[in-house]
Amino acid sequence: MKEQNLADLEASFNEKLKQDIRIEPKDWMPDAYRKTLIRQISQHAHSEIVGMLPEGNWITRAPNLRRKAVLLAKVQDEAGHGQYLYSAMETLGFSREQSIDDMHTGKAKYSSIFNYPTLTWADMGAVGWLVDGAAIMNQVPLCRTSYGPYARAMVRICKEESFHQRQGYEIMCTLMKGSEEQKAMAQDALNRFWWPALMMFGPSDAESTHTQQSIDWKIKRHTNDELRQMFVDASVPQAELIGLTLPDKDLKWNEERGHYDFGAIDWEEFKQVVSGNGPCNAERIATRLKAKEDGLWVREAAMAHAEKKKAKKAS
Amino acid sequence: MAGKDWPLWEVFIRSKVGLNHKHVGSIHAADGEMAVENARDVYTRRSEGISIWVVESSQIFASDPADSDALFEPADSKIYRHPTFYEVPDGVGHM
Repeated sequence: MKEQNLADLEASFNEKLKQDIRIEPKDWMPDAYRKTLIRQISQHAHSEIVGMLPEGNWITRAPNLRRKAVLLAKVQDEAGHGQYLYSAMETLGFSREQSIDDMHTGKAKYSSIFNYPTLTWADMGAVGWLVDGAAIMNQVPLCRTSYGPYARAMVRICKEESFHQRQGYEIMCTLMKGSEEQKAMAQDALNRFWWPALMMFGPSDAESTHTQQSIDWKIKRHTNDELRQMFVDASVPQAELIGLTLPDKDLKWNEERGHYDFGAIDWEEFKQVVSGNGPCNAERIATRLKAKEDGLWVREAAMAHAEKKKAKKAS
Repeated sequence: MAGKDWPLWEVFIRSKVGLNHKHVGSIHAADGEMAVENARDVYTRRSEGISIWVVESSQIFASDPADSDALFEPADSKIYRHPTFYEVPDGVGHM
């Protein structure tokens, strides 16, 4: 491509960003923009799919039929969200299968939160309330992200996601109205999930290698620290209202900033979990890999059946 | 009339930046390029769109309206897929 030509294309791309015109699959875009989107959307899709596992763990042990139906519906939603996102990623010319294989080899990441175990029923409350709450905080601004198919997938997801957080918080509310044991169980789940939930927003702005470029490209609309602060500010009154205590002795309202101050995050733990050494990393990948291998004969059989039908019709 | 009829194409229009393409109707044309041009003339004379997709009607595989009840019934009974199903305390604000 001629240099002048490339400069024109770049100028028109930048002009679109400036005017908040969505970039669509057939539009010219810089390679690095495409790569960043493939990385982010596939990571997001993998998170939805791996995110089914910690909650799937409790479907057969939900305390009653209502909770079981709800949990099943929520896990189904996560599967659907993974599908929307993989489809959005595929519009960028990257194959779904390759992307999934990249997750299995560890080349592609998913949210570190799903590498923690779900030990009690109260964890279903904590996950819905905090993990989905943090995800929503992250996802709402993504409805205005600059890449059209990603933005439209996010609109769909956010709409469906709104029940997820409420059902989790409802579980916590119910436990907090229960026996001493139930209250302790809710508090214990909060204690274990609070810090990992804060880590979901990613490294602090000073450490984040991708943030500034992503903001310039309008892929991201807020920095990791901004979103984390919004999440803390929203969560504190929700915890207080039902008598839960956030496990942070440094948590305090800062009148001057108009925000809650909170304690230091253990970034070493984050690094360990992201790089594969969390409590459940190996188990999660092994489960996904098994699902792919066990499902192979079904995918092949469906294809063979379709081809047979086609041949029959033609003859 | 001698010769072959032009095939039918289904037309999808993106009305505004950022929105999905939506089905608006169909058009006859000899090929895809002509279908886009014809769709432009027929469906966007009053600036109804900024982008057009066409796909040959014969390529569309559709659900049978007669099966609608059975196909969509399973979602009817699942009111817990909606946020209003859940009770949270009044003071909690927007969630």
